[in-house]
Amino acid sequence: MDPLSEFIRGITRDNPTFGLVLGLCPTLAVTTSVENAIGMSAGTAFVLVFSNLFVSLMRKQIPSTVRLPIFIIIIATFVSIVDMIMEAYSPSMYAALGVFIPLIVVNCIIIGRAEAYANRNGPFYSVIDAIGISTGFLLVLMLIGGIREILGSGQIVTFGHTLITLPINPSVTTMILPPGAFLTIGILMAIINYQKEKKRVRGE
Amino acid sequence: MADTSLFTIFMDGVFIKNFLLIQFLGLCSFVGVTKDVKSASGMSGAVVFVMTMSATVSYLLYTYLLVPLKLEFLSLISFIVVIAALVQLVEFVVRKNIPALYRSLGIYLPLISTNCAVLGAVLLNVRSDYGFAQSVMFGFAAGLGYTIVMLMMSAIRERSTLVSIPSAIRGLPQAFLLALMLSMAFVNYFWVIPI
Repeated sequence: MDPLSEFIRGITRDNPTFGLVLGLCPTLAVTTSVENAIGMSAGTAFVLVFSNLFVSLMRKQIPSTVRLPIFIIIIATFVSIVDMIMEAYSPSMYAALGVFIPLIVVNCIIIGRAEAYANRNGPFYSVIDAIGISTGFLLVLMLIGGIREILGSGQIVTFGHTLITLPINPSVTTMILPPGAFLTIGILMAIINYQKEKKRVRGE
Repeated sequence: MADTSLFTIFMDGVFIKNFLLIQFLGLCSFVGVTKDVKSASGMSGAVVFVMTMSATVSYLLYTYLLVPLKLEFLSLISFIVVIAALVQLVEFVVRKNIPALYRSLGIYLPLISTNCAVLGAVLLNVRSDYGFAQSVMFGFAAGLGYTIVMLMMSAIRERSTLVSIPSAIRGLPQAFLLALMLSMAFVNYFWVIPI
């Protein structure tokens, strides 16, 4: 087990959205723009790194029958911290993400990693795993957010900088509304399934 | 306290701010247990019940315990504990008194403690400053909206199992594309009705 491959695994095979299919609610709800996607994944990453670290440090002391309530309390503590920090230092982002920051607490990715990884591995590898999974989450959110933002408004504006501007403005407003999220993730998943199938057929 | 009428809150919860299609809360169960109508209706029944109960209990807890003691920062942790305890309690009561209902809801009850729709309803109640009747109404209406969409989705998926489609789209992508159509209907139809 080397740290680099554990890190890469979070982006490819155990990718939270396309590999594990966990945490769909924030993936679809906050990806109206790249900026929101970055904010959401930053919050999730903070909670995931610290919950994995603490679960892993305390894994010998936690009795296995009551481990889930203890995990939830650990996670809820860090989510409360993120909630308060974001409300204090970036109120506009906090308003845009709305109820989804406190809802990180019921995000299946975090409790899933605590149960499946941090509960069985040492603190160092647990943190690496958390960083890998968070990076995977960030990339997926930025991809979906980028597609929706560029089709919906014709440009990508992140923290005041205009990154990409399309020569023509398609402005398919539907892409920023809820249906756009379902369309984007449906098509992305179909493409990934198609690629996997092609690889499998070639392998046989 | 926000002075929104109960009817507005009801329409809001069921249609305009539909949890599954507009707000994206509770999507795991939306793609997970909508493969047939029977399990979708079982799950929805459990959600309506727990959502109404947890909206009631968490309102009382927040207003009469956390706010007077200035413990609002503990609200998230206490709501989670309330929901988990409530699910556990409902499970005991239903198993003891209504065994037939328990057999149909049984396996879905534990799933609800981690369903973000329930916690979402509670948090939205607190954020919109609803009073007691309004909170209970919003919890119930959100559960009802969830039920309607779950039933529609599961009926469509059940009928489309034999449709011939490319194998890459079968499964999750198909579910999302169906959700796209339902969502379009909800967005375009219910946003134009002024209430």
